[in-house]
Amino acid sequence: MANTDGAAIRTERVSRHYPMGTTLIRAVDEVTLMVRAGEFLALLGSSGSGKSTLLNLIAGLDRPTSGAIFAHARDLARMNPQELAQHRSRTVGMVFQAFNLLPRMTLEENVELPLRLAEVPRSERAGRVREALERVRLGARLTHRPGELSGGEQQRAALARALVNRPNILLADEPTGNLDSRTGEEILRLLSEVNQTLGMTLVMVTHERTLAERFAHRIVFLSDGRLVEKEEPR
Amino acid sequence: MKARDLAELAARNLREALLRNALTTLGIAVGVASLVAMLSLGVGLQELASKRLARSGLFDSILVSSKQNLRGFGRAARKAEPATEEARALDETARQEIARLPNVAEVYPEIRFASELRYAGKSHFALVAGLPPSARMRDAFEGMKGTFFSAPEAEEDILQVEFARELNSEPGALLGQELLLHYAERHPLPPTTSAKSSAHDADPGTNTGLGFSVMPREKKLRIVGIVETQPGAGPAGFGSGRVFVPLQLAQSLKVVQGPDFNEIVRTSSSPGGATKYLSLTVRVSNPQQVPAVEEAVKKMGFAAFSLLDATRNLRRFFAILDLFLGIFGSLALAVASLGIINTLVMAILERRREIGILKALGAGDRDIRQLFFAEAGAMGLAGGALGVALGWGLGRVINFGTNLYLRRQDLPGEDIWSVPWWLVGAAVGFAVVVSLVSGIYPAARAARLDPVQALRYE
Repeated sequence: MANTDGAAIRTERVSRHYPMGTTLIRAVDEVTLMVRAGEFLALLGSSGSGKSTLLNLIAGLDRPTSGAIFAHARDLARMNPQELAQHRSRTVGMVFQAFNLLPRMTLEENVELPLRLAEVPRSERAGRVREALERVRLGARLTHRPGELSGGEQQRAALARALVNRPNILLADEPTGNLDSRTGEEILRLLSEVNQTLGMTLVMVTHERTLAERFAHRIVFLSDGRLVEKEEPR
Repeated sequence: MKARDLAELAARNLREALLRNALTTLGIAVGVASLVAMLSLGVGLQELASKRLARSGLFDSILVSSKQNLRGFGRAARKAEPATEEARALDETARQEIARLPNVAEVYPEIRFASELRYAGKSHFALVAGLPPSARMRDAFEGMKGTFFSAPEAEEDILQVEFARELNSEPGALLGQELLLHYAERHPLPPTTSAKSSAHDADPGTNTGLGFSVMPREKKLRIVGIVETQPGAGPAGFGSGRVFVPLQLAQSLKVVQGPDFNEIVRTSSSPGGATKYLSLTVRVSNPQQVPAVEEAVKKMGFAAFSLLDATRNLRRFFAILDLFLGIFGSLALAVASLGIINTLVMAILERRREIGILKALGAGDRDIRQLFFAEAGAMGLAGGALGVALGWGLGRVINFGTNLYLRRQDLPGEDIWSVPWWLVGAAVGFAVVVSLVSGIYPAARAARLDPVQALRYE
């Protein structure tokens, strides 16, 4: 069912179960959630609560066992693999806890990678890569490799890579998990800036409640795969 | 992903594990080199055999005879056959007509006769045969002592070495010496004095009577060459003689050719003045055209015979030889393909996380599959090109070694190795195809990787 209520993301009783031996693991269990366009939502929960699984479902990296996930009115559960790949390429951008930059590529090449996959014309690429890296204040580090950067810089580079295809939704999975608190705060400030200046919908998985409370518009809590608590928008 | 991006990423990935990929590529190159080596040997041997057979004069020739001559010798029996008058005579007109057929290089009669030859006051007997100028290209004259005839009508002869040894224990010393040929010259008799009745004259093509007189003659011939083997002279020319003279000269001598007039070339003049032949040898410009020419000759109303079946069998033999050599050569390539599979599967394990990242950034299963295919194809292309170069180099070395050995055995050098352009293209193409086929499983496995699992991989 398509939504027309301004929701960027909407899940309807979405579940992701998988067997482990004789046990059925309910990583996400009948979660119904709506994220408005331009909203900054924080998904909180302890380890194994299912927040990363839910983020992967929204990203189109995983498929739900049941239920529906709408991203800008398109049901991800009904998409074929190629359409899901396009969804990951054009609709969402992802930032990971482990940065996931390709160590053998320079920053410029890392950030260019989504443009190659989206078949963006070569003539546009250099400008867009530079723009994305300047937005995260790494414009002077184009030719550096990830190993030559600090953790915070690497995460900023990963953010530039997530932004370069100009997605509508930014998904961040524990973006501060590998950073010290000061750098983590810097990253969140940057994410918030992107959310505000670009009007990009932002869903962040974190276990740092303090930071989430400072920067997110709304916080939802997951426990054992279920949505247990919602904090009203600030 | 666009082809150029795919190629750039594949090249980058290949550079990352340079040593392993280079070794895999070398494995393909060795496989291709083995394939090229085997097939080049097959092709080279086939070319060598074809060349030798073509030069033997056996497989590019057709023996043509008149159907009149195939009906036996009983006149009564022949008269009973209604088609006798329709059979064409094999005369000069027919010879010229055959010579005008497409792909016919030359048409000549067979002239061979027994003769007494005198040298240093002693008599010797031998078969003397006429040779056309084209015989110069035959194997028998390769590496001969002395030279071929200086002109088509030169009063010269070439001796077969065993006959030459009868004349002189040092055959080489005979070169430039003169040999006296004694022969019986035929003079046609006027029709009125011809043997038997006028009924024979009405049927000149079947003139079996001695319608000529015989005059003893002699001719001095200069020995210009000595050959080791007897040159074949077409399908009817095995063991053609021990002394050879230019065909044109032999024709001009008008020799009575042996006791059996119906079995050898007949150059007697018929009452009408036309020269008739018992048989003609038609040499075709290319052995492959023999069937067409043979068919055309048969349509003209003559009997024709060639040794084409033997060449067909030979071609079949080489096709089978090439097949087996190709299979053995491909074995190394098959082993190399396992190397490709191993390299790419290892790459999947090493790049598992990278595949997960690519998928998270928007790569589809097809992109990942194409990336691995591109890497396999690039290794196949590079390995194929290198393999062809290696195979070519190997061929040169073996050619060199073979020729060295042949020279030491006092034999002329031969190219037993041939790498035609089609083989170069086919070998590189085959290497790419084998590499792509080898890449199917790793590529499919990489494409199927669950991105969530891949991103968790450390």
